[in-house]
Amino acid sequence: MDDLKEIEKKKENWEKELLNQKKYSNASTSWGDDLEVVYSPDNLKDTHYSKEIGFPGDFPFTRGVYPSMYRGRLWTMRQYAGFGTPEESNAHFKYLMEHGNMGLSVAFDLPSQIGFDSDNPLVEDDVGRVGVAVDTLRDMEIIFDGIPLDKITTSFTINPTAPIILAMYMAVGEKQGVSSKMIGGTLQNDILKEYMARGTQIFPIEPSLRLVGDIIEYCKENVPRMNTVSICGYHMREAGCSIIHEVTYCLLDAIAYIELALKRGLDIDDFAPRLSFLMGCGMPLFEEVAKFRAARRLWAKIIKDRFKAKKPESMKMRMFSGCLGTAFMGKEPLNNISRATIMTLVAALAGCNAIHTPSYDEPYEIPTEESVLIALRTQQIIAHETDVTSVADPMGGSYFLEHLTNRIEEEVEKEMARIEEKGGILKAIENGSVQREIADQAFELERKIQSGEKVLVGVNRYVTDQKEYEGELHQPSKDILENQLLRLKKVKEERDNEAVKQALHEINNVASDGSNLMGPILSAVKAYATVGEICDVLRNVFGEYQESAW
Amino acid sequence: MDREKSKIRVLMAKPGLDGHTRGAKVVAMLLRDAGMEVVYTGLRQSIDQIVSTAIQEDVDVIALSILSGVHIPLSRKLMARLKEEGLENLPVIVGGIIPTKDSAELKGIGVAEVFPIHSSFESILGFFNERFKKD
Repeated sequence: MDDLKEIEKKKENWEKELLNQKKYSNASTSWGDDLEVVYSPDNLKDTHYSKEIGFPGDFPFTRGVYPSMYRGRLWTMRQYAGFGTPEESNAHFKYLMEHGNMGLSVAFDLPSQIGFDSDNPLVEDDVGRVGVAVDTLRDMEIIFDGIPLDKITTSFTINPTAPIILAMYMAVGEKQGVSSKMIGGTLQNDILKEYMARGTQIFPIEPSLRLVGDIIEYCKENVPRMNTVSICGYHMREAGCSIIHEVTYCLLDAIAYIELALKRGLDIDDFAPRLSFLMGCGMPLFEEVAKFRAARRLWAKIIKDRFKAKKPESMKMRMFSGCLGTAFMGKEPLNNISRATIMTLVAALAGCNAIHTPSYDEPYEIPTEESVLIALRTQQIIAHETDVTSVADPMGGSYFLEHLTNRIEEEVEKEMARIEEKGGILKAIENGSVQREIADQAFELERKIQSGEKVLVGVNRYVTDQKEYEGELHQPSKDILENQLLRLKKVKEERDNEAVKQALHEINNVASDGSNLMGPILSAVKAYATVGEICDVLRNVFGEYQESAW
Repeated sequence: MDREKSKIRVLMAKPGLDGHTRGAKVVAMLLRDAGMEVVYTGLRQSIDQIVSTAIQEDVDVIALSILSGVHIPLSRKLMARLKEEGLENLPVIVGGIIPTKDSAELKGIGVAEVFPIHSSFESILGFFNERFKKD
């Protein structure tokens, strides 16, 4: 092994004799560190391999959460999908699975996400647009028709209405003869990021957190294979925040959920193993891979040191990653296939456990069958035609990567401490400071794009006169609303309306008395109460969130 | 209270259920930096709410930010409501995720200008300079 002193001396000479003989450009990290031209063992002289880097599947999990990583199990190819009617979504899920998609990821329309029924006149234009419309259990039954709940896992991008969707999934399982103890998947159920960046929140912060807690508590006993929260950094990043802040906000939210569950008397090791994460994978390849490694290491330390967990399972940051849609451009959209390839590669190199690859027409519409197939194939090509999966954490040990991993961990810790000193993340959301910070960063990023400082190929450099994309785009079918209204009417006529009334009454009582709402919601859902009916009861008890002025 | 008649007032509106605010806020900041007054409506505004706020705030332009694909039906509804209120001369601009082919249709409905994502600051400010140039 080289003597570090010898390396340092050689580097000094190299800089003098070779590097500084000719001009070269500056480079920096996204948080402003100047980058050296090359990294070497001396850059890692304070890094302790066993303590900080270690081995995959072992604390602090820098190199991955499972010992054999992709050689034990490939990442789940989980393409986010859903649109229109439940029948269309069912067909689309089957299409994806036939072509190699390994897990379902359901996209709901905005009314379903925000607790409105398809027959509410205020939402008629949004029914079935960005995802599938779900009003009652009948819709979920159709979505999963012919899809065995004991053979697949399903991810639900659903937040304030997560309790209702969970209840529906349980009921569908029951009808298939699959017990709730066997069904598995993930509920996004990350309400804090809604206030920060995604905007589907319904109720004020406190009752919303109560619902998150109800799910965590309920699932521990009744739905043990369900990941109860997918704590996100992704959406704040898509809203324009930096890599450092993506991790910062994500971890602070996670800590808030943990404190919530601990306050209910749960033991950290009872629920932490079922917390999962969602972060974006973007174009700055090395910073991104470093980000995931730093986040895993930080999380493991927080769970062990701060929350005193004993189970290694509690310390593992299981990660779903979606390529950043904001990195895709509307100009020359086929370029987005190259971008998707790089970002998906990032997620695989970073050891993510599930990946979503957006389609090249992302800047325009939800994907066509053709464009989503290319996205899926991108994952498959990386998995099977490259050697990325041959070893765990193949980039580990790169002097540059390990240096970046260390730096990101330091910067995130600093930022987390700053926000915690100012009163914590909940306060920061309430007073709007997080939202302002994100908007400021988004503006700064846009300014750099507009000035050309941040290069976007085809957009602000190598720009041609090429006309905008005129290829085929996904067309929402014309009868979505009509179909939903017909079905909803039929369900309302055929159900036992007295039972529904009683179930809603019970929800009202339990919402007010503070006990777990999952039981009453499950009863209501089985009686075919609607999403809107249940949420209206909750709106009545909890009130609605009031956005602060901006 | 007298308001400076020389400042252009813009209503930045989020109609429908779409919860994404990045573009709306970035453009609002751009316009504020350029000396305009921007009133941001917040999320989930109905067309009625947007029109009444526009009247209340005495705005010179209504800017809609839409990323959920519902730009055509919502723009139609807004233009119809404005006509009912005798405000057909109040310019409406639409930004967000707008496929190129829809731009023409939006302008056909009466939308003054369309600004898809990553529209240049120049083109956005250019619209206001053109529209409100002092003679």
